[in-house]
Amino acid sequence: MADFSVVGHSVYRKDAVQKATGRVLHVGNIEMPGMLHVAVLRSPYPHARIARIDKSRAQALDGVAAVITGADISAMPGIDPYYGPAFRDQPILAIDRALHVGDPVVAAAAVDRRTAENALQLVEVEYEPLDPVLDVLEAVKADSPILHPKLRPAGTFADLAHIRAGQSSNVCYHFKLRKGDVEKAFAEADRVFEDTFRSPPAQHFPMEPHVTLAYMDESQRINLWTATQTPSYVRTELSAIFGLPMNRIRVRVPYLGGGYGAKLYAKLEPLVTLLALITRRPVRYALTREEEFVTITKHGVVTKLKTAVKDGMITARKCEVYWDTGAYAEIGPRVVHKSGYTSAGPYRMPNVWIDCYCVYTNKPPAGAFRGFGVPQVIWAYDSQMDIVARAIGADPVEFRLRHALDEGEEFATGTPVRSFGLKPSILRAAEAIEWSKPKAPSSAAKARGRGIASGVKAVLTPSISGAIVTMNADGSVNILSSTVEMGQGSETMMAQIVAEELGVGFDQVHIVQPDTDITPYDTITAGSRSTYHMGNAVRIAAAKIKAQLFAVVAAKLEVHPEDLVARERRIFVRGTPDRGMTLGEAFLAKFGSLGTTLTGEAICQTTATPMDHETGQSEKCTEYWFPSATAAEVEVDRETGQVSILKFFAVGDAGTAINPKHCEQQLLGSAITHMGLTLFEEMVFDEGRLINGSLLDYQIASIKDMPKEVRPIVVEVPHETGPFGAKGVGETGALTVSAAIANAIDDAIGVRIRELPITAERVLRALREGTKNPHPPLSLEGRG
Amino acid sequence: MIIDLKINGRLEKLEVQDADTLLEILRDQLKLWSVREGCGVGACGTCTVLMDGKPVSSCLLLASRIGSREIVTVEGLQAGDKLDVIQEAFIEQRALQCGYCTPGFILSVKALLDENPTPSDEEARELLCGNLCRCAGYADILRAVRAAQEKRAAKATPGPLTFMR
Repeated sequence: MADFSVVGHSVYRKDAVQKATGRVLHVGNIEMPGMLHVAVLRSPYPHARIARIDKSRAQALDGVAAVITGADISAMPGIDPYYGPAFRDQPILAIDRALHVGDPVVAAAAVDRRTAENALQLVEVEYEPLDPVLDVLEAVKADSPILHPKLRPAGTFADLAHIRAGQSSNVCYHFKLRKGDVEKAFAEADRVFEDTFRSPPAQHFPMEPHVTLAYMDESQRINLWTATQTPSYVRTELSAIFGLPMNRIRVRVPYLGGGYGAKLYAKLEPLVTLLALITRRPVRYALTREEEFVTITKHGVVTKLKTAVKDGMITARKCEVYWDTGAYAEIGPRVVHKSGYTSAGPYRMPNVWIDCYCVYTNKPPAGAFRGFGVPQVIWAYDSQMDIVARAIGADPVEFRLRHALDEGEEFATGTPVRSFGLKPSILRAAEAIEWSKPKAPSSAAKARGRGIASGVKAVLTPSISGAIVTMNADGSVNILSSTVEMGQGSETMMAQIVAEELGVGFDQVHIVQPDTDITPYDTITAGSRSTYHMGNAVRIAAAKIKAQLFAVVAAKLEVHPEDLVARERRIFVRGTPDRGMTLGEAFLAKFGSLGTTLTGEAICQTTATPMDHETGQSEKCTEYWFPSATAAEVEVDRETGQVSILKFFAVGDAGTAINPKHCEQQLLGSAITHMGLTLFEEMVFDEGRLINGSLLDYQIASIKDMPKEVRPIVVEVPHETGPFGAKGVGETGALTVSAAIANAIDDAIGVRIRELPITAERVLRALREGTKNPHPPLSLEGRG
Repeated sequence: MIIDLKINGRLEKLEVQDADTLLEILRDQLKLWSVREGCGVGACGTCTVLMDGKPVSSCLLLASRIGSREIVTVEGLQAGDKLDVIQEAFIEQRALQCGYCTPGFILSVKALLDENPTPSDEEARELLCGNLCRCAGYADILRAVRAAQEKRAAKATPGPLTFMR
């Protein structure tokens, strides 16, 4: 550790000045001559047959270049009108049926947005409303209308190779895990706990809404500038939709104004590309915030847990989890799979039974939200951990430690856990909130309570990151990577790792932003995977350059390459800094010319053993884990039900922190966002219509909502194959927030909230029904 | 109609339609890309500009109704390459992540400190709650407010070196 000169230091962000001056490039700043703008007519019904569309008057309007419908697209030869990362179930524009309120039905491209909107007012659409499927538990019943009678797996991603086409219900994906004999354990248990937890659909809410610009270049190739977290995937998807070779499509991504999962996979790109192809003009589409609300959401989830306890230990847990993926599967199956296998928790229990269902309903599609579904499952299992602990008179922290998996122990999937800083995370959270001391006294009006929650997420495996690193003869470096900078600090992380590896200054490293003509394939910028995967790729690519330079220098100095080190833009014999040469001299020695370059390329590809379809067992289901813990102290107003969070600690195991300050920002930022989701965020539907689809009605956390005392705590349990031991940290702080807050509320007022968000109204109602709570709060004495 | 608008110290003559918002003309005509639409209903603060020194949501203002007010955007804060102390404070305190909300925050902080050079945390929270940051870097932003305040105070108090010059 002490040897690192850049890694492990909190250098300033690479993009800080651009961002502080507002000069930073976003897709919305890019304009092209003759550029058209798009407006989309959307379904007012949750489920309807489209009987007739008349667009003739719209097409005739001055300034309108194209008006298209799903039927138009279906009639175009060589175009697959459907797309999707798991199943090809989502049409570019609705074909025959609209499946949710806000489903795109007709698109217009015109000289400006207002003209495009005016054109849509001239379009006549006749709908025949159909029975909608609005509730996830109703949707799985045998007599429910089936939204997608036939499904085509997309086959795009290795980790989804196991999903199947069969479809006779609204369940598009079912994950199963079977370990031991739960029924026997329930029969032999001292006590059995059954609880149902609910988590509502919500918004990612990147401050920059989705935006895409497409045009045909001079060689008639499709070019896109788009706000996506998946440039490589977008190219693959457009290639499939339009039947074009991959090198006829170029996707570029500048800085994103936030993503959080909203900008994964294809969103506006298929439609905007199609309009550019039809009109042969540049076309840009920027969503309004209202459109954003019906474009992608966080999954609403219902979780039923049944847990057996014997002699103070959990002996079995059965999880039934229903994921509302909305009208299109989107990445629902991946969310359900990756979070599904963790839904019993990172705890020692001999018998586990998990059923997770990804379910279609007539709501806007749900996708991956910071945490990939894991915040929803932890909300359930770590609320129940507290319920059980309090009921059997155990200390909630000690109860978790009693069950927390140790290094090398098997997870419910049969995979031994590695680099597993779960216990340290729980302990650091408990220490921060001073768990061992008595809590602050409550007053008659306001009750104080403390809560802890812990949990774990596993990284998406298998996945792939490729990188190219080029060193110039003056020692400056370019990194070519498809990792998208969306605020998480990936450019800074990559520059730190490469500067460290090559012995150059952080400021000498430049990052080339994602451009599918230039930057190699990367699975996805999401899921806390970039530091590990892209970090490894850029480090290995840099090491290949270093090896070439070391060979030259070793020959000149007549030493072994292993005896050399690269530091401060020089290569020299270890322990004898005078014996060596500058990078410039090394390049000159190799090439004899000025301005030359050396290039290294590397791919980091992780592998998993496919899970058994029936039991979910796998020797290795993931490359690494990121344990998380949250500690919260709350004050609950008994009169109003208002919950104030007084103290808030976000704890996470990051492996080695490449940039400690950035790790802290990731922990705390994701935790505060999830605090808002826990306390007030919810998309409210009435008969399938969103009734709070604007920022006037939908609240997200502001600076006023931030608790007075907040602190991120980075736990470092290095991973043996991570770059310098690093794992990932983008989601860790989010994972355990909801359960920690609910646990603190229970500690304060002795009532258990099982449904998010935890609004004052909900708390008040629970307080009034409080006598029904079978588990009274722990007394102060109970806590030593 | 043609309007005269003073923007970042320069007088601009602009042709605007009745329905054009200030946000639209700042972006589409003047290419001041630091001003961004986030919600379209004046509730997120990413389109904040200063109008006669007060922070306003430019998405809610009709350009044709503004009259002879003076508009400042983040592009108007710099003197050449020299950043404003608030911009410096945001960089040094790492009070930016995706950066989309940053210009709006910087302008709101400027308005706050111009009005009240020594705000309490409470006052800062109250005045900045109209700017939203989904990366939720609020703790860093509060530290940047404090740092900017100190930088301004240091500038305002002439030290011995300044005196000698």
